[in-house]
Amino acid sequence: MALLEITNLTVEFATAHGSLRAVDQVSLSLDVGDIVAIVGESGSGKSVAMLALMGLLPWTATITADQMSFDGKDLLTMNAKQRRAIIGKDISMIFQEPMTSLNPCFNVEYQISEVLAQHFGGSRRSHKNRVIKLLEKVGIPAPETRLKAYPHQLSGGMSQRVMIAMMIACEPKLLIADEPTTALDVTIQAQILELLVELQQANGMALVLITHDMAVVAETADRVVVQYAGQQVEQRAVIELFNNPRHPYTEALLSALPEYAKEKTLNAIPGVVPGQLDRPAGCLFNPRCEHAQDLCRQKPPQRSEGILCHYPLPLKGATTDHVEASL
Amino acid sequence: MTSITATTSYSVRSQQWREFWFYFSVSKTAVAGLVFLIGVVLMAIFADVISPHLPAEQYREFAEIPPAWMEGGQMRFFLGTDYAGRDMLSRIIHGARLSLIAGCIVVLMSASIGILLGLVAGFRGGWLETVIMRIMDTIMAVPGLLMALVLVAVLGPGLLNAMVAIAITYTPSFVRLTRASTLSELNKDYVTASKVAGAGPIRLMFISILPNCMAPLIVQGTLSFSTAILDTAALGFLGMGAQAPLPEWGTLIAENRDLMLSAPWTVTFPGIAILLAVLAINLMGDGLRDALDPKLKRS
Amino acid sequence: MFKFLFKRLLVLVPVFFGVTLVAFGFIRALPGDPIEVLAGERGVSPERHAELMAQLGLDEPLWQQYFSYVGDVLQGDLGTSLITNRPVAEEFFELFPATAELAICAMLFAIILGIPAGIIAAVKRGTLVDQGIMSLSLAGYSMPIFWWGLLLIILFSNTLHLTPVSGRLSFLFEVEHVTGFMLIDSLFSDEEGAFKSALHHLVLPTIVLGTIPLAVIARQTRSAMLEVLSEDYVRTAKAKGLSPLRVIAVHALRNAMITVTTVIGLQVAVLLAGAILTETIFSWPGIGKWIIFSVFSRDYYAVQGGLLLIAGCVMVVNLTVDLLYGLINPRIVH
Repeated sequence: MALLEITNLTVEFATAHGSLRAVDQVSLSLDVGDIVAIVGESGSGKSVAMLALMGLLPWTATITADQMSFDGKDLLTMNAKQRRAIIGKDISMIFQEPMTSLNPCFNVEYQISEVLAQHFGGSRRSHKNRVIKLLEKVGIPAPETRLKAYPHQLSGGMSQRVMIAMMIACEPKLLIADEPTTALDVTIQAQILELLVELQQANGMALVLITHDMAVVAETADRVVVQYAGQQVEQRAVIELFNNPRHPYTEALLSALPEYAKEKTLNAIPGVVPGQLDRPAGCLFNPRCEHAQDLCRQKPPQRSEGILCHYPLPLKGATTDHVEASL
Repeated sequence: MTSITATTSYSVRSQQWREFWFYFSVSKTAVAGLVFLIGVVLMAIFADVISPHLPAEQYREFAEIPPAWMEGGQMRFFLGTDYAGRDMLSRIIHGARLSLIAGCIVVLMSASIGILLGLVAGFRGGWLETVIMRIMDTIMAVPGLLMALVLVAVLGPGLLNAMVAIAITYTPSFVRLTRASTLSELNKDYVTASKVAGAGPIRLMFISILPNCMAPLIVQGTLSFSTAILDTAALGFLGMGAQAPLPEWGTLIAENRDLMLSAPWTVTFPGIAILLAVLAINLMGDGLRDALDPKLKRS
Repeated sequence: MFKFLFKRLLVLVPVFFGVTLVAFGFIRALPGDPIEVLAGERGVSPERHAELMAQLGLDEPLWQQYFSYVGDVLQGDLGTSLITNRPVAEEFFELFPATAELAICAMLFAIILGIPAGIIAAVKRGTLVDQGIMSLSLAGYSMPIFWWGLLLIILFSNTLHLTPVSGRLSFLFEVEHVTGFMLIDSLFSDEEGAFKSALHHLVLPTIVLGTIPLAVIARQTRSAMLEVLSEDYVRTAKAKGLSPLRVIAVHALRNAMITVTTVIGLQVAVLLAGAILTETIFSWPGIGKWIIFSVFSRDYYAVQGGLLLIAGCVMVVNLTVDLLYGLINPRIVH
């Protein structure tokens, strides 16, 4: 049985202009040890789906799903208290902005030992040694001296390491990383990604990596989910997807990468993800799709072979050279 | 050519108004406050027509008549009469005039002086700024009502002096607000642009910068208006504001204080009048703040 | 931290001179010269006038007079009351505990009710509870408190006979003034029931004086909480699996308190101004009533001294709040 099983998850927000569907029938199945990347532009509902899983959405959100279970437990029917026993312990999540995600009023030790005390009991102080070990594990030099540091005294990369230490403190089975490197310097980005993969392997946990950066996907993930305007448009193994994108949106995302540039200029995708009020008829991607035809403008596509498209790109013969060359 | 620019600027202005009204009218309570306030203003303007009696006319044989709905009340004196047989309703209606005028004058005085000093402080900087700001700190170190009391002690009691005294205590908040907005506006590109275009300091201050810091100032003005009414009434109550025959609301409460237990209506209604007027202005002020402050604008 | 404190103290220096200048200028600005002010209605002969001028140093240049005044102030000499002939500072500090007791109780009343009300309103944003709390708070700060006091007296003292009308203690009791705080003095006195009486006398003035700070604190707590609740670190706290109570009461509140402390500090000046009205209504023998009495009896040296001392209190409180602010906000401590 899979560790995490989500089928047809839909999230809608009540807004002043009516209901907004941020996540539309998303499915995801994860096993222990998997690394899955969810990719898409901002506004494509990547984080919202995971926040729904965590139970962190505001009350304006309505969550529906055919199935949402973790480790054999049904997340849809459990009450808030039961869910809190899992959140932060077995499933945990790190966020995009490390500088604002740590509480400015409490020091590092407090914030990490708090989660240990919450899930394993005992006083915060009794977990001090464990906190030092965790800080060591996430690569913070001289951890004893950092215990009493406040977030404003830490750099962005250091904050993200503290955040990771906090979220792996209870050895979760599933770690969700929501754009963990976007706010950081390029050199730090690679370090943090490396750390995440290392921890994933050492602890044998599953990792969901939310990102808009295809390069990050190529470096880390086994499997990719491409999301557009709340819908999953393609879900495949990384190597296959990079060699042979089948959805026009995936193709467009890839051709925006320098490694894939066919000409001297990079291919940007024209336009933006449709919002609540400018949803097109038919396929949601059709206004920006270079392969769009009349059918695409009239009828929403059906999913076939995991691809949400009327006219998927043809399957190529399996070669892996291209990806490896680019890595 | 000129007419075209005129119409465009006119339509931009009306567009701004429409947008403002859209955000303001979202809050029903703010609109209610505005409507009530308009009612009070009309009441003040037409006090002579509306009020059933002259505010100072004494019906000696009808002293301390309770309000109409109470036992012994008469429709003639709807809210009852005071110790001298004066009609409470008429006195309260005429009192609205005094309170509103006092509030307006206080805001106009403190805002105009405060904005001027704030612009100068923010614009000129240097020792002038330091001097202005330290003077404002000094005024703020003394609780407002105490400062007003001391000033009235110097100037002598009376409504006009009370207004001057209260206006002085309100000035620092306008100075601080204007200075802060000016400082943040000064670094913006449009100011540099008009400097490059050769605009003089006066033009820069009043034409370029001031209109762009109006939003917080309008909100502050509204809030000062309501507290000015409260403080004028407080000084009137202490006997240092409007003097006895004037039907100022605070003075009304003070002069009837001895009747508080035997004829409670003489104290209750002027107080309700103050409360409602101030409440209406505050409701409106909250709506204004939400509508003018883009940071708090609801998405 | 020390640097921060030092900076704060430095700002107070010009304010101190500013306030002394106001106090000094106050006597000069009064109609008539200081001797006439001193003499009051009685008047004074020209010879005596000149003699007094020389005696009090009033014939010296104005700036010299100002500096000798500041010198006196720094030595604790704030002049002598024209009515009682006692040092103004002595009178002030004798009455001060009464005002302090009232102000502290009013502030506690405002904080204890205001902060939870603000938190509840923020957490229950948009509900009837929120609207109810916010309407009450709006009514609270639109309140003419002198009228509110009279209304409460009519209701609680006159109609329901629950509370006394004025003063600090029933005249049946004789309590020795040790601390000047009636609650403490009566608690340790032998007189049975004195404490209860003192408490009874405190209830209405506390409510009246605390109403506006209560309203302001509730509103500001709500808006600070709303801002904090949408911060990323609150989401982190929830992601840790903490209970809603812990998220709100520890993670959100601690941050919201940084703003609320400043607001509470600003209320102290409001409270001292309100004390003037409250003490007048309830015949509370404190600084506020004394200042009003001094103004009316033209005891201008008492007004001058009172002005200076009250401004001093405000400055001391502001400094304390800054200190507290530094303690709460780790960005300043380190």
